[in-house]
Amino acid sequence: MAFVELAGIQKQFGDVAAVDDFNLQVERGEFVSFLGPSGCGKTTTLRMIAGFEQPTAGTIVVDGVDITHRPPNQRNVGMVFQSYALFPNMNVADNIGFGLKVHKKPKEAIDRRVEELLTLIHLKGRGARFPYQLSGGQQQRVALARALAIEPQVLLLDEPLSALDAKIRVALRTEIRAIQRQLGITTVYVTHDQEEALSLSDRVVVMNDGRIEQIGSPSEIYNFPATSFVASFVGTLNMLAARVVDPSAGRLSVEGQEIRAAKPIADARAGEIVSVALRPESISLEEGPEGANRLRGPVVDVSFLGSIVRLRIRLGDGPTVSLDTFNDPNLTLPPIGEAVTVSFPPEASLVLDQPAAAPGADPAAEA
Amino acid sequence: MRGRGSLWAWMIFGLGAAYFIVPLIATFEFSIRTKPDMFLAYRQVLADPKFGDGLWYSFIVGVLTIVVSLLIIVPTAYWVRLKVPRLRPIVEFVTLMPFVIPPIILVFGLIRIYSRQPLVLTATDIGSNVLLVAAYVVLSFPYMYRAVDTGLAAIDVRTLTEAAQSLGAGWARIILRLIFPNLRTALISGAFLTLAIVVGEYTIANFLARPAFGPYLSLLGQNQPFQPAAVSLISFGLTWLAMGMITFLGRGARTRVQVAGAR
Repeated sequence: MAFVELAGIQKQFGDVAAVDDFNLQVERGEFVSFLGPSGCGKTTTLRMIAGFEQPTAGTIVVDGVDITHRPPNQRNVGMVFQSYALFPNMNVADNIGFGLKVHKKPKEAIDRRVEELLTLIHLKGRGARFPYQLSGGQQQRVALARALAIEPQVLLLDEPLSALDAKIRVALRTEIRAIQRQLGITTVYVTHDQEEALSLSDRVVVMNDGRIEQIGSPSEIYNFPATSFVASFVGTLNMLAARVVDPSAGRLSVEGQEIRAAKPIADARAGEIVSVALRPESISLEEGPEGANRLRGPVVDVSFLGSIVRLRIRLGDGPTVSLDTFNDPNLTLPPIGEAVTVSFPPEASLVLDQPAAAPGADPAAEA
Repeated sequence: MRGRGSLWAWMIFGLGAAYFIVPLIATFEFSIRTKPDMFLAYRQVLADPKFGDGLWYSFIVGVLTIVVSLLIIVPTAYWVRLKVPRLRPIVEFVTLMPFVIPPIILVFGLIRIYSRQPLVLTATDIGSNVLLVAAYVVLSFPYMYRAVDTGLAAIDVRTLTEAAQSLGAGWARIILRLIFPNLRTALISGAFLTLAIVVGEYTIANFLARPAFGPYLSLLGQNQPFQPAAVSLISFGLTWLAMGMITFLGRGARTRVQVAGAR
């Protein structure tokens, strides 16, 4: 049996279903992220695990115990908030030791644990400081230590890095993952930042409109998106509307140029419009080997993005396709307006569940 | 430009300061017109035992009013902000009622209700004192609620509460260990206003026949020309002293609210 189990969770706010038919099993020590846009229900689900919201239906079980109707202060679940939520009237040591005092631990045990955690979060010797005397990153590390102090069964993090600047965010997320691995604590992390979710998690739950779109490892989510929403939300993506030519052979037509999928196109008939998802990094600025898919069109844009260069090629009258190539100083880039041929393997073209747009529209989607 | 702006600022400040200081100076000037001993009024006031008794009585009633008012207002304002924010305008309206209902109505209402069965309070000193404190608590609502509500707005009440709950804390601990300490500055300002009102209040104390400072001051004004001015200044100084003590006792408000990521 899973360590944390959410079964048939539903949450209604009036007529709005914030979370619907949510089922998830989290193993002991696993790091699971809820990823999705604002309003998709990820924070509501996390708050239901914490006990701050009551599910309209469904059960929440932790380590075999049904905690669905337990008040939040009786759940033994640690929570880290986006706004840190450190107690302003207490210093760092008192903040970290607050939960232990609530649990009536002896003073020596509290002091020892506080020191241990201060060392763990690299703030040794700063126990006497007040929250306002710390930087944002330091405050969030204290909030993490405070949540860990009570040795919770589950650690919940609600967009803990959103309020920090980019550099600290990257450093702190590495730190969070290292601490989580070191302590082996079961963790549920909420974020709308795909990079965060993919780099931190053992598994990612992609949510949209209160429902789970896909659950999988970061690699599965990125490389094999189950729905067009996942494909468009995670990573940068070209979404091309294609006409099915021969479903059994996986043959498709994009703006009159024929390409091939790796597998037969299930449940599709010839002439039907489907969506083809293509990652920019899977497309090469060359003819490619025998059997590769090829598309031809003029270059309409070249953007330098640091380590990579992104080119946009127009296909036919409307849609464009983006491709990424490493920023090699020896690379000769085609001038804007020059017609080029780009290629990609059939395995790179993912035929998704529903059409992205009618042919002729600009379906190049960047998420 | 900067110099001219600064001059205007100082002039406005000077006008504001004069608005408060000139009446005090005028009162003082009037209080020392006794001849040949210019401080006679002060000497007489300080020698009168009723002065000290009245002021002490009002101070104690003021402190009790502050304590009861805090015990009612803080949990109410906290709960409304946390659980039923849509009721905030209604609670705010209710707390403003003392501005609409004059103290004379309030005190007559209290006397009518509590001078008959089942609960006769006006018959005893203790009962009348309880009524006086209760009436003053009502009078303090607009000031106390506003101060507390402003203080609560400055802290993220919901998240702090949830953080404490996730660490195992119950409601009593959250209110006593988190909410009260983080409202210290707001509570001091609410207490300041309440004490200032209670010490000078006349109507309710007079009709409940309490030996408070307000009725003493009024009585003095009917018989003596200079003493009321001296009493006003002394009581003014003592009220400020009392407030200084409250601020001193409540010092150490090292809390500073910081918006996430602002640093």
